Amino acid sequence: MFEVSITLLSIALLLTLYRFIKTTTLADRVVAFDVLGIMSISLLVLLSLSFQREIYLDIALVLALIGFLTTTLFGRYIEKGL
Amino acid sequence: MEYIGSFLIFLGVIAFVISAIGLIRMPDTYTRMHIGTKSTTMGTFLIVIGVIFLEPTWILKLSLIAFFILLTNPLSSSVLARAIHRDGSTLKSDAMKEDQL
Repeated sequence: MFEVSITLLSIALLLTLYRFIKTTTLADRVVAFDVLGIMSISLLVLLSLSFQREIYLDIALVLALIGFLTTTLFGRYIEKGL
Repeated sequence: MEYIGSFLIFLGVIAFVISAIGLIRMPDTYTRMHIGTKSTTMGTFLIVIGVIFLEPTWILKLSLIAFFILLTNPLSSSVLARAIHRDGSTLKSDAMKEDQL
Protein backbone atom coordinates (compact mmCIF):
# COMPACT_ATOMS: atom_id res chain seq x y z
CA MET A 1 0.00 0.00 0.00
CA PHE A 2 2.87 2.37 0.77
CA GLU A 3 5.00 1.16 -2.10
CA VAL A 4 3.48 3.74 -4.45
CA SER A 5 4.19 6.55 -1.99
CA ILE A 6 7.75 5.37 -1.34
CA THR A 7 8.40 5.04 -5.10
CA LEU A 8 7.06 8.53 -5.81
CA LEU A 9 9.15 9.99 -2.98
CA SER A 10 12.25 8.24 -4.35
CA ILE A 11 11.57 9.73 -7.78
CA ALA A 12 11.28 13.19 -6.19
CA LEU A 13 14.56 12.56 -4.36
CA LEU A 14 16.28 11.57 -7.61
CA LEU A 15 15.00 14.74 -9.33
CA THR A 16 16.38 16.83 -6.47
CA LEU A 17 19.68 14.97 -6.74
CA TYR A 18 19.76 15.85 -10.46
CA ARG A 19 19.25 19.51 -9.50
CA PHE A 20 21.99 19.15 -6.89
CA ILE A 21 24.48 17.86 -9.47
CA LYS A 22 23.48 19.91 -12.54
CA THR A 23 23.81 23.46 -11.23
CA THR A 24 26.45 26.16 -11.32
CA THR A 25 26.17 28.31 -8.19
CA LEU A 26 26.84 27.41 -4.57
CA ALA A 27 23.53 28.84 -3.32
CA ASP A 28 21.44 26.61 -5.58
CA ARG A 29 23.40 23.62 -4.42
CA VAL A 30 22.83 24.46 -0.75
CA VAL A 31 19.07 24.87 -1.38
CA ALA A 32 18.94 21.49 -3.12
CA PHE A 33 20.90 19.92 -0.26
CA ASP A 34 18.43 21.33 2.28
CA VAL A 35 15.52 19.84 0.32
CA LEU A 36 17.38 16.51 0.12
CA GLY A 37 17.73 16.44 3.92
CA ILE A 38 14.04 17.09 4.53
CA MET A 39 13.04 14.51 1.93
CA SER A 40 15.25 11.89 3.56
CA ILE A 41 13.55 12.58 6.92
CA SER A 42 10.16 11.87 5.33
CA LEU A 43 11.53 8.80 3.55
CA LEU A 44 12.83 7.44 6.88
CA VAL A 45 9.38 7.97 8.45
CA LEU A 46 7.73 6.08 5.59
CA LEU A 47 10.31 3.28 5.74
CA SER A 48 9.76 2.87 9.49
CA LEU A 49 6.07 2.45 8.73
CA SER A 50 6.75 -0.01 5.92
CA PHE A 51 9.22 -2.16 7.86
CA GLN A 52 7.34 -1.72 11.18
CA ARG A 53 10.50 -0.65 12.98
CA GLU A 54 10.27 2.23 15.39
CA ILE A 55 14.06 2.61 15.58
CA TYR A 56 14.16 4.43 12.21
CA LEU A 57 12.20 7.28 13.78
CA ASP A 58 15.17 8.01 16.04
CA ILE A 59 17.39 8.57 13.00
CA ALA A 60 14.75 10.85 11.48
CA LEU A 61 14.56 12.75 14.77
CA VAL A 62 18.33 13.29 14.87
CA LEU A 63 18.29 14.42 11.22
CA ALA A 64 15.49 16.89 11.98
CA LEU A 65 17.44 18.19 14.99
CA ILE A 66 20.85 18.78 13.42
CA GLY A 67 20.08 18.90 9.70
CA PHE A 68 19.50 22.63 9.65
CA LEU A 69 22.97 23.34 11.05
CA THR A 70 24.54 22.52 7.68
CA THR A 71 22.37 25.06 5.89
CA THR A 72 22.98 27.71 8.54
CA LEU A 73 26.73 27.14 8.34
CA PHE A 74 26.73 27.39 4.54
CA GLY A 75 24.68 30.59 4.79
CA ARG A 76 27.29 32.05 7.08
CA TYR A 77 30.02 30.94 4.68
CA ILE A 78 28.31 32.56 1.68
CA GLU A 79 27.77 35.76 3.67
CA LYS A 80 31.12 36.31 5.40
CA GLY A 81 33.55 33.60 4.39
CA LEU A 82 35.13 31.33 6.95
CA MET B 1 -8.77 5.61 9.95
CA GLU B 2 -6.45 3.67 7.69
CA TYR B 3 -7.80 5.29 4.53
CA ILE B 4 -7.45 8.80 6.00
CA GLY B 5 -3.82 8.07 6.91
CA SER B 6 -2.95 6.66 3.51
CA PHE B 7 -4.62 9.59 1.76
CA LEU B 8 -2.68 12.11 3.88
CA ILE B 9 0.61 10.29 3.15
CA PHE B 10 -0.18 10.33 -0.57
CA LEU B 11 -0.95 14.07 -0.45
CA GLY B 12 2.37 14.70 1.29
CA VAL B 13 4.27 12.71 -1.31
CA ILE B 14 2.50 14.68 -4.08
CA ALA B 15 3.66 17.90 -2.37
CA PHE B 16 7.23 16.54 -2.42
CA VAL B 17 7.03 15.65 -6.13
CA ILE B 18 5.72 19.15 -6.94
CA SER B 19 8.58 20.58 -4.89
CA ALA B 20 11.17 18.55 -6.83
CA ILE B 21 9.69 19.55 -10.21
CA GLY B 22 9.62 23.20 -9.15
CA LEU B 23 13.22 22.99 -8.00
CA ILE B 24 14.16 22.06 -11.57
CA ARG B 25 11.78 24.42 -13.38
CA MET B 26 12.15 27.65 -11.40
CA PRO B 27 14.37 30.35 -12.92
CA ASP B 28 16.48 31.76 -10.07
CA THR B 29 17.66 31.04 -6.55
CA TYR B 30 15.02 32.92 -4.59
CA THR B 31 12.10 31.18 -6.26
CA ARG B 32 13.85 27.85 -5.86
CA MET B 33 14.24 28.54 -2.16
CA HIS B 34 10.58 29.54 -1.95
CA ILE B 35 9.44 26.23 -3.38
CA GLY B 36 12.11 24.29 -1.54
CA THR B 37 11.01 25.45 1.89
CA LYS B 38 7.24 25.83 1.99
CA SER B 39 6.12 22.77 0.10
CA THR B 40 8.61 20.50 1.87
CA THR B 41 7.36 21.69 5.27
CA MET B 42 3.79 20.94 4.20
CA GLY B 43 4.77 17.55 2.79
CA THR B 44 6.58 16.50 5.96
CA PHE B 45 3.62 17.59 8.06
CA LEU B 46 1.11 15.66 5.95
CA ILE B 47 3.26 12.50 5.99
CA VAL B 48 3.82 12.69 9.77
CA ILE B 49 0.10 13.23 10.46
CA GLY B 50 -0.77 10.33 8.15
CA VAL B 51 1.65 8.01 9.96
CA ILE B 52 0.11 9.13 13.29
CA PHE B 53 -3.28 8.04 11.91
CA LEU B 54 -1.86 4.66 10.93
CA GLU B 55 0.29 3.98 14.02
CA PRO B 56 -1.14 5.89 17.01
CA THR B 57 1.43 4.53 19.48
CA TRP B 58 4.32 6.39 17.78
CA ILE B 59 2.74 9.76 18.43
CA LEU B 60 5.47 11.10 20.76
CA LYS B 61 8.43 10.72 18.38
CA LEU B 62 6.42 11.75 15.34
CA SER B 63 5.16 14.94 16.98
CA LEU B 64 8.73 15.69 18.09
CA ILE B 65 9.88 15.34 14.45
CA ALA B 66 7.08 17.64 13.27
CA PHE B 67 7.91 20.16 16.00
CA PHE B 68 11.61 20.29 15.10
CA ILE B 69 10.83 20.57 11.37
CA LEU B 70 8.49 23.46 12.14
CA LEU B 71 11.20 25.08 14.29
CA THR B 72 14.29 24.66 12.12
CA ASN B 73 13.03 24.88 8.54
CA PRO B 74 12.10 28.62 8.48
CA LEU B 75 15.28 29.43 10.40
CA SER B 76 17.60 27.84 7.85
CA SER B 77 15.74 29.29 4.87
CA SER B 78 15.79 32.78 6.37
CA VAL B 79 19.53 32.60 7.05
CA LEU B 80 20.16 31.32 3.54
CA ALA B 81 17.98 34.01 1.90
CA ARG B 82 19.80 36.77 3.79
CA ALA B 83 23.18 35.33 2.82
CA ILE B 84 22.25 35.06 -0.86
CA HIS B 85 20.91 38.62 -0.90
CA ARG B 86 24.04 40.05 0.72
CA ASP B 87 26.16 38.02 -1.67
CA GLY B 88 24.56 39.96 -4.51
CA SER B 89 22.30 37.54 -6.32
CA THR B 90 19.60 39.07 -8.51
CA LEU B 91 16.08 38.09 -9.43
CA LYS B 92 15.50 36.96 -12.98
CA SER B 93 11.73 37.23 -12.89
CA ASP B 94 9.80 40.48 -13.28
CA ALA B 95 7.84 39.96 -10.07
CA MET B 96 9.84 42.42 -7.96
CA LYS B 97 11.15 45.55 -9.64
CA GLU B 98 12.50 47.47 -6.66
CA ASP B 99 14.73 46.07 -3.94
CA GLN B 100 12.65 45.86 -0.78
CA LEU B 101 15.36 44.39 1.44
